[in-house]
Amino acid sequence: MATTAAAPLIRVHREAVWSQAVAAAILVVFLVAAPFMFYPIFVMKALCFALFACAFNLLIGYVGLVSFGHALYFGWASYLCAYAAKSWGLPPEAAVVIGTATAAVLGVIAGGVAIRRQGIYFAMITLALAQMMYLVALRVKLTGGEDGIQAVPRGHLFGVFDLNNEMTMYGFVLVIVLAAFFLIYRVINSPFGEVLKAIRENEQRAISLGYKTDRYKLVAFVLSATLAGLAGSLKALVFQLASLTDVHWTMSGEVVLITLVGGLGTIFGPVVGAFLIIALENYLAPFGQWVLVIQGAIFVFCVLAFRRGIVGELANRLRVQL
Amino acid sequence: MFEIFGIPSQALFGQLLLGLINGSFYALLSLGLAVIFGMLNIINFTHGAQYMMGAFIAYLLLQYLGLNYWAALVIVPILVGATGIVIELLFLKRLQQLDHLYGLILTFGLALVIEGLFRNYYGSSGQPYAVPEALQGGHNLGFMFLPNYRAWVIAFSLVVCFATWFAIERTRLGSYLRAATENPTLVRAFGINVPRMVTLTYGFGVGLAALAGVMAAPIYNVSPQMGSDLIIVVFAVVVIGGMGSIMGAILTGFALGIVEGLTKVFFPEASNTVIFAIMIIVLLIRPAGLFGRSA
Repeated sequence: MATTAAAPLIRVHREAVWSQAVAAAILVVFLVAAPFMFYPIFVMKALCFALFACAFNLLIGYVGLVSFGHALYFGWASYLCAYAAKSWGLPPEAAVVIGTATAAVLGVIAGGVAIRRQGIYFAMITLALAQMMYLVALRVKLTGGEDGIQAVPRGHLFGVFDLNNEMTMYGFVLVIVLAAFFLIYRVINSPFGEVLKAIRENEQRAISLGYKTDRYKLVAFVLSATLAGLAGSLKALVFQLASLTDVHWTMSGEVVLITLVGGLGTIFGPVVGAFLIIALENYLAPFGQWVLVIQGAIFVFCVLAFRRGIVGELANRLRVQL
Repeated sequence: MFEIFGIPSQALFGQLLLGLINGSFYALLSLGLAVIFGMLNIINFTHGAQYMMGAFIAYLLLQYLGLNYWAALVIVPILVGATGIVIELLFLKRLQQLDHLYGLILTFGLALVIEGLFRNYYGSSGQPYAVPEALQGGHNLGFMFLPNYRAWVIAFSLVVCFATWFAIERTRLGSYLRAATENPTLVRAFGINVPRMVTLTYGFGVGLAALAGVMAAPIYNVSPQMGSDLIIVVFAVVVIGGMGSIMGAILTGFALGIVEGLTKVFFPEASNTVIFAIMIIVLLIRPAGLFGRSA
């Protein structure tokens, strides 16, 4: 019995690994070639948002938790990274660590509060907490209020590599983002990740099996917040700017949009979504407020007719896992 | 004039009044959210945009058709409620079998569309809306000056809130509604048209938001983004109160408005974050919310 039941599982898993390996190879080739085809700064922006969306997707796609306030970690990590690099004159690697650690701490606090409620309340609580910290960002000195923190120095990585060179900066961002992708992939496919999926499917049952689901959810939440913070820190160095836009609720909405368009709960969806949405926004920038209308319309369309997203739809057509 | 805790009475009661006004809007909006959530199982993110639409349409009616505040108070909720019914029929009906999350995302998208459209045509700056003639001026109560319009807003929202509570908790129609919230299939089996009730409920909740918008127009400037920041505070109010009880939503709304007003007097730096801070405390002590049933 056990062998016959296990056999197809192994086959599916091998197929999943195969299709995902091909997709990962295509992605790496694309990302290595990308700065020679597009503006490096555009690709770096897309990479930061891809990582941000992957962090968000870890929660929504694999634990079933809808955080509507992920701008909190992205934005505040961006502030602290920029502040450390500019005011304390720290090297970029230390600034990124400080930004990311800030997000982790915020994740522990906000996650600890938010996981006390489930479902729709969880979304409202995360949104409210993010709004609270947005209002704090408006007032405290550290963030520079309406001006933000401008002209953040990129500095020299490990005192050697000059990040003011666009290609060196690109290499730095690419290595970190790919490492983070790999980490997320390993987490999803680890025993820990399996428990998360069990919680997503049926939390009561996971509890009855003896899992302390609250602890699992909190760890996943902190991990997601930390990675969102890593994305925010990198963004601060890429644009040499940390501003209120990054902590505003529209940013939380944007990461939902990216993930939804790319495909909730798919590994590559958030990356595809990020490149698409960032390109769309670049293209639409001259149209001003229409961006808001178009983003909203995409949300409505995706929910009504395109819930799998691009990668989810593709995977479904090809009958593979992506 | 006299002083309380070293604060001039005018300042104290003035902020208290402002708090009550904000509280009226929190109560009206969270009431609408609770009613909609009860029937549709959807958190209506568009609520803020619909409140803004209420204020804006009142402004447009005055500008282009010369219809005054009192006419707007009747027409606007009906108009905006009708757009809500269209939204329910076109979009929300299709989400019934899906996860909560999709309702939230869809209504969030709609809010962006509505806010973006208004910003396109009317810019981000606020438009003033005059206080209706009959309610201009005010009374000096000795310890404070009470503008007539503000007194009206508080009194009228109390009436609307309690009328809604009465309609839902004490009438036959309300009992159908509550029954359908508990078990829609069974209520349908008794021959009651539940889908139509759901549609009308959404229209009603949206109408309440629009009514709040009309009342807000003379107090705040009418601007496209007036709803989006408010709705997040209202979400916090809803988390604090819990959505299980109509009266709970009303009381929490007013109480938090007052707390916010008092914070403005004693600790102004924290005035716009105090509601969020209270939300955190409530979640730590009583996760289900003050009036919520534990989920």
